[in-house]
Amino acid sequence: MTQFFTAVLTSLSSGAIYALMSIALVLVWRSTRVVNFAQAGQAVLTTYIGYEVIQRTGSYWIALVAAIIGGAIIGAFIDRFFMRPIFKRVTSGPIVLIAPVVATLGLLGIIEAVIGVVWGLNNQSIEPPVSNAGFNVNGTVIAFSLFNAFVLGTVAIAMILLTLLFQKTNIGLALRASAYSPEISKLSGIRVDAVRTLGWAISGAAGGLAGMLYVPSTYLFPNAMDVLLVFGFIAAVIGGLESMVGAVVGAMVLGCAINFVATYISTALVFPTAFVVLILVLLVRPSGLFAGKKGRSA
Amino acid sequence: MNGLIVNNLTIDHGAIRAINNLSFIAPRGKLTAIIGSNGAGKTTLLRSLSGLKDVKNGSASWNGKSILNTRPENLARSGIMHVSDGKSVITELSVKDNLALAGLWRKDKKDVAAATVEVIELFPILGERIKQNAGSLSGGERQMLAIGRALIARPKLLLLDEPSLGLAPLVVEQIFQTIKSLTTKMDLTVVLVEQNAMGALKIADIGVVLNLGTVVAVDHAQTLLNDPAVRAAYLGI
Repeated sequence: MTQFFTAVLTSLSSGAIYALMSIALVLVWRSTRVVNFAQAGQAVLTTYIGYEVIQRTGSYWIALVAAIIGGAIIGAFIDRFFMRPIFKRVTSGPIVLIAPVVATLGLLGIIEAVIGVVWGLNNQSIEPPVSNAGFNVNGTVIAFSLFNAFVLGTVAIAMILLTLLFQKTNIGLALRASAYSPEISKLSGIRVDAVRTLGWAISGAAGGLAGMLYVPSTYLFPNAMDVLLVFGFIAAVIGGLESMVGAVVGAMVLGCAINFVATYISTALVFPTAFVVLILVLLVRPSGLFAGKKGRSA
Repeated sequence: MNGLIVNNLTIDHGAIRAINNLSFIAPRGKLTAIIGSNGAGKTTLLRSLSGLKDVKNGSASWNGKSILNTRPENLARSGIMHVSDGKSVITELSVKDNLALAGLWRKDKKDVAAATVEVIELFPILGERIKQNAGSLSGGERQMLAIGRALIARPKLLLLDEPSLGLAPLVVEQIFQTIKSLTTKMDLTVVLVEQNAMGALKIADIGVVLNLGTVVAVDHAQTLLNDPAVRAAYLGI
């Protein structure tokens, strides 16, 4: 029984981190129609920034804020000076669909290579700000720690803030409208390009937060976030790629599948499990669990 | 000269010339109907005037200021609102949010609120459906919403692309009458692009007849309505 509850808790905690990556991907997909593979690079670069801040200040909390802000700046920068010029120049032919995605893959390679040159390929570590030792329940140490609880709480707060931003503010309305119909938004006077850059910034901040919550449980190296990119992407597809709620639910489904397999069968099956879930969803409901009844028009 | 002045406009769609050396004037405060059959270049013309399409040859100005190759959002903010074809509403957003879009960037929030009240007085059905998703509206209601949204920005020049398309005759009549009354009441200049030539000319001050991307006739709308050649070619009488 304890084992079961522990598996549920760890599922939620790791699902929460997948959810951040998933939302980061969905935000960019909705506004730009690009699966941003560079997200793993952005997130890991941002986490290295956090790492450097910790080296200098000794404070995880300052590093967390720095990573979120740094992630936002990097995201905005990539959209403004990398993606936007690509969209401007590549306007016709089949390459229109491929070029932006390939560009993000290329960017991923570049960012990770540069990180390797600057920080080396060795594992670095970020100490968790609160204890990462499992709670002691009636004499048994379970695989859920105070840090896991912190992760869960932080992501929950981030989700609430994002929901409020999107549903209750004018900026949120501009973000949604620009994603649904750039043309109607422009004709209504909304600066869609700027709004899109803001979307990339929010996405980058979510990736930075994901890195700072993920790395303390493992190590920091140039490819550290690649696996999260894969899980985040699978979660986004489960959720239908369009919906932020879908992304969170998809991440939780994936978190449960992975952790239950790891707890009850074998940790060696974690990666195959993720893909089995993906393939099952694609076979049964290819538009994702949260795609609208008739899909989206734009 | 105040108003919209289009001069020698030429636009290619790939290998096809959509607009060919087109010139006309839409005087300020008047309703100008641009009629012509499908493929006459009407939609392309409006898309170039609202900044959605870049233009290499020709010029267009609004009250003396050149408007070609300008970002659509900047034109919208300067009072040129284009209601594109296809009942341009965002179906995933509520009626309220659709209306709000054209007021998001406006500094005078009091006037945005006042404009919203006016639009709902103009189209009471939008008030009844204010919380519904725009996707649940009928074609006529969507057209009212699209026009209503444009009005929230307090436009000076309204570019309307085929507002009658796919609507029942009674609804078309209502929309056309609203457009006409807007022109007089709100000091609005309207350029109305229509395949429904008869309906458009009946409410318009000026008529411009397009064929194959160029102007073949310009006159007072009433005169065009009585012109035997125009009647035969475009009004099906």
